Amino acid sequence: MNVSTIAEFIAVLFMLIGAIMAVISAIGIIRFPDIYTRSHAGTKSSTLAVLLTLLGAFLYFVTTIGFVSVRLLLGIIFVFITSPVAGHLITRAAYRAKVKLADTTIEDELADVLNEKERSEGK
Amino acid sequence: MKINNVILKTVTKVVIYIILTLAVYLFLAGHNSPGGGFIGGLVLSTAFVLLFIVYDIETIQKALPFDFKKVAALGAFLAVGTGFGSFVFDVPFLTQAFGYFNLPFFGEVELTTVTIFELGVALVVVGVVVTIILSISEDV
Repeated sequence: MNVSTIAEFIAVLFMLIGAIMAVISAIGIIRFPDIYTRSHAGTKSSTLAVLLTLLGAFLYFVTTIGFVSVRLLLGIIFVFITSPVAGHLITRAAYRAKVKLADTTIEDELADVLNEKERSEGK
Repeated sequence: MKINNVILKTVTKVVIYIILTLAVYLFLAGHNSPGGGFIGGLVLSTAFVLLFIVYDIETIQKALPFDFKKVAALGAFLAVGTGFGSFVFDVPFLTQAFGYFNLPFFGEVELTTVTIFELGVALVVVGVVVTIILSISEDV
């Protein structure tokens, strides 16, 4: 086994882990009870899945044809920055639209803070 | 109640540079690989639309003081102008020329008149998309 074969194996491994992670993320979106836990499954693990897949593709192109794709690196950075923010915005919009939390929720700390703020502004 | 969306604003400030870089890259790469005026213009206009969504319209219009209808008109003028430029050299309409030049920093570069045509296309796309978004966003 020479070096390029090992590097190719690592690239394929990255892509495989990424694909498995995406499946786990999809299962999480189906199985979790409310939007907040679903967004937790949907943003974190999908982001990592996409990052691992892109990194695998990047490594594969570097090792097989020696092509350093700056577009893939920029894509990795872009997804890493934007995907959690998209999840944050969706969850926040859901909370502001008063979407109910799951029945197993014990404590809602944000509600206290928001009520406090509205009371102080109402004065 | 004023909404505090500092996360979105900060991330936009970083991400906008990646989008603008990609737009310029796609525009310049169009001759030999996927890309070109249309898609470069679309990506450029998504950058503008993102700015318009995250910040308010008045702020961005102060920062980008273009009349986007005039940008679209300028693009159409450029595209037609390269077509009429071929009449100067007594060849049919829209005949495009290219040549190799030694630029001081880049070395030997192939410069074409198609790039000017594509610049026209990109400007038309940016002008049209931003005009559509701005006109449907206003309250009547």
